[in-house]
Amino acid sequence: MITISQLLVLGAVMFCISMAGIFINRKNVIILLMSIELMLLSVNLNFVAFSYQLGDLAGQVFVFFILTVAAAEAAIGLAILVVVFRTRQTINVAELDTMKG
Amino acid sequence: MTVINFLFYFFAVILVVAGLRVITVRNPVHAALFLVLAFFSMACIWLLLEEEFLAIVLVLVYVGAVMVLFLFVVMMLDINIARMREGFVRHVWVGAGVALLIVVQLGFVFGAKQSNLLNALPPAPHGASYGNTEELGRVLYTDYVYPFEIAAAVLLVAIVAAIALTMRRRPGTKHQRPSEQVAVRRADRIRIVKMPAEKKQ
Repeated sequence: MITISQLLVLGAVMFCISMAGIFINRKNVIILLMSIELMLLSVNLNFVAFSYQLGDLAGQVFVFFILTVAAAEAAIGLAILVVVFRTRQTINVAELDTMKG
Repeated sequence: MTVINFLFYFFAVILVVAGLRVITVRNPVHAALFLVLAFFSMACIWLLLEEEFLAIVLVLVYVGAVMVLFLFVVMMLDINIARMREGFVRHVWVGAGVALLIVVQLGFVFGAKQSNLLNALPPAPHGASYGNTEELGRVLYTDYVYPFEIAAAVLLVAIVAAIALTMRRRPGTKHQRPSEQVAVRRADRIRIVKMPAEKKQ
């Protein structure tokens, strides 16, 4: 049987991987968005694990809402990305410095 | 080691490897495909925990919609990958350092005081008549109906925002103006000209 500590360790490993991904791919907004999705997924795993252990459905309801908000966030983030690329012809974070004083 | 344990480790290894590939692979298209693999493995793990509804929602919503959106955007944009990879090696050490720091912190949390929860035995599996979707729906439409409505509103706002952001109005394109089309009258369009009848020579 799967114990809760196995699930929590897996969630922690995934969180660390996505955290490292944000630092590694600092210039590529697309990979940054993917890392954020991965991070949300690992957080969802924690919710699911506690829901499984405690037999409480509230955790699963929260996962449902997190999935909703993450989908909305991905849609808006990608729309902003497309607009930025259309106006600047680049999505390199280092070159997006128009508002820098 | 039971079958369920074996399956859990199998999917967990695939999940971790796919996650590592997402952040290290050179091509963003490959990164998106590895992210699909990660989501799918996570859905399989959730299935093992008898949470079928969320697993299926994860596959449908993420693999079916969000990742397709990602792939569309990645393929639509002409990205200079070589420029993006500048400083990758330098950032690897920062990323690895931060990840290690989080591992140490989590070690403190897990190792400090073993709570009863972490040592607890896993719950007994439900019977064959247990339906996760049914139970979740019962809670979602009674206790959490207000947040559910708010989630719907959030999705609507996201749709409107995404369309409003990406809709482009180029000058010089031809549009229909339905209000003017409807408001048009006969006198605006035709002109009756009186002409005398002509006789055959």
